Amino acid sequence: MPENPQPTAADSGAGAPDDVARVEAVMAEPVSRGEPILSVRNLVKHFPLTQGIVFRRQVGAVRAVDGVSFDLHQGETLGIVGESGCGKSTVAKLLMNLERPTAGEVLYKGEDITRLSGRALKAVRRNIQMVFQDPYTSLNPRMTVGDIIGEPFDIHPDVAPRGDRRRKVQELLDVVGLNPEYINRYPHQFSGGQRQRIGIARGLALNPEIIICDEPVSALDVSVQAQVINLMEKLQDEFNLSYMFIAHDLSVVRHISDRVAVMYLGKVVEVGTDQEIYEHPTHPYTQALLSAVPVPDPSGRDQRERIVLTGDVPSPANPPSGCRFRTRCWKAEERCAAEIPLLAVPERFKDSDTPAAHESACHFAEEKDVVHA
Amino acid sequence: MWRRFRRDRTGMVCAGVVLFFFALGLLAPVISRLYGKDPYTLYGQDRPGLLNEYGYPIKPNGGIDGEFWFGIEPILGRDVLTQLLYGIRTSLLIALAVTVATVVTAIVLGVAAGYLGGRTDYLIGRTIDLLLAFPAQLFFIAFLPVVVALFVDPQDETPTYVRVLALIAVQWFLGWMGLARILRAQVLSLREREFIEAAKLSGASPWRIIHKELLPNLVTPILVQATLMLPNFVTAEAGLSFLGVGMVEPTPDWGRMFAIGAKVYQNDLTYMFFPGVAMVVFIVAFNLLGDSIRDAFDPRTTR
Repeated sequence: MPENPQPTAADSGAGAPDDVARVEAVMAEPVSRGEPILSVRNLVKHFPLTQGIVFRRQVGAVRAVDGVSFDLHQGETLGIVGESGCGKSTVAKLLMNLERPTAGEVLYKGEDITRLSGRALKAVRRNIQMVFQDPYTSLNPRMTVGDIIGEPFDIHPDVAPRGDRRRKVQELLDVVGLNPEYINRYPHQFSGGQRQRIGIARGLALNPEIIICDEPVSALDVSVQAQVINLMEKLQDEFNLSYMFIAHDLSVVRHISDRVAVMYLGKVVEVGTDQEIYEHPTHPYTQALLSAVPVPDPSGRDQRERIVLTGDVPSPANPPSGCRFRTRCWKAEERCAAEIPLLAVPERFKDSDTPAAHESACHFAEEKDVVHA
Repeated sequence: MWRRFRRDRTGMVCAGVVLFFFALGLLAPVISRLYGKDPYTLYGQDRPGLLNEYGYPIKPNGGIDGEFWFGIEPILGRDVLTQLLYGIRTSLLIALAVTVATVVTAIVLGVAAGYLGGRTDYLIGRTIDLLLAFPAQLFFIAFLPVVVALFVDPQDETPTYVRVLALIAVQWFLGWMGLARILRAQVLSLREREFIEAAKLSGASPWRIIHKELLPNLVTPILVQATLMLPNFVTAEAGLSFLGVGMVEPTPDWGRMFAIGAKVYQNDLTYMFFPGVAMVVFIVAFNLLGDSIRDAFDPRTTR
């Protein structure tokens, strides 16, 4: 049965007034240097599996996200990569409060936003916006571009006074590189890339600090992907935005990200700067992923060692014990089935100053340069 | 929207025809005043020389002449034109009321079932299944007298408005399920689209999402279904009157004219002609109008 993640009018009443005041105070504060703007702690989301039509009972749970933690700093881009079904999009939905997490917290400037509802939540959402994956379903086909981009102003009337909205919308169109005269057109009159620009313009409407991008370019042609990515980078500099960039295309993520987190089956297996992850991966799954990246240069393609994983991703309803990657890992030993590896800087690199000294959830982490090999 | 619709010639013609019929119904008293006849006077019996001894018009073609433009009714001898005008008035009034009631019910229940899901959906869904299992025509015939008897003692004479309300209530009761189901399904698929999520993210309330994001996307099915439903209700009401459970004499009624026409068609075919042609023209025009409105509402069709 589908849940209704949107808080109803009924539950927004409880304890709202002081919540709202506190959240608004938090909102106004600038982030101090070095403090993360958004930090995620042990985020867990289990979707119940039920059986029976009249008498429902829970027979298990899909562990879509199972204990994910990371930080996002101001002006930074955090890339999240992983194959389909590893929980990337669920993380995005949890951050946006479109789903309620089973456990864990999402701290925005120190305020846990998963517990908010009603007006306090509305205030937070002004600062965290999202760019969606599919520009063909993320724009209401019955609304003009002006209505779509201006909708946030309708909901938050304090951002733009009524008479000013049209001009603001045109400014936004201009910012994302569209002709401001397109304001009265309908979404179906635009190409995919243009639609995604409209989606970005709507995301920018409320002057957010964080934009969560859930595969923003994967539905676009490669040539258009580059334009959209460059636009996003330009906007980041212009408005000092923090991005959380979810994608499965490793080269796109490398291009835009400052730091990268690799996810596998609901867990983060490795986090580091793009240099650390791409040049010095220590987790075997990251190495396997990277070795699958196509290389444009045909010479030397044959000599390149490719790590080919066997088998499928295990079901998140029944994940393997210990390390979740052990069923497909060539290094797996008994210890991997018994002990869950923690996401930490591996023991052997701890005191060294090499780029390999970044967090990796593997008992047998070792450096392996798969990109150049 | 309006500009797109105006470019559609079929649509404009049909809109004209439909409006013409509604105008006829609305202005029936005015027209009959100008024309100088009313649908209740038994001209044929009052004045000799109009009906023969068997009760059929003496003049050819159902008694059409300069005075009775559409002829006169056999046996009772009423004027056909005013009878038809008032009949259209009664039938359209009832059909319109049923359509409005049905569409409103279907929107409320269908959207609620689709958007809220869970128990609400289950409850509304099973109710729809249950009501769809009723044989509609039989139900109407069996229950109209029952509904009327609820309000009026069977010994007394039934006031006309009670009959009208009973007709509306019975057709509404078994009329809303189809549209509600369609809307529920539409909302289910729309609800998962990303633009709904996007609206939630900007902080839109559920009410705003329903009326700003969902309803504009439901206009097409609602309009198409409503324009298909209205002529359906006109024919259903006509059918009920034909069967003798709808409006009764002396209230003029479109459907009952067919009942009389069916009795006398072997000797006076003309009596069936005008109500029949009027109904065919009205229903065809209304259905085509529905198509045109749908095209005009959908920004993706090119015209």
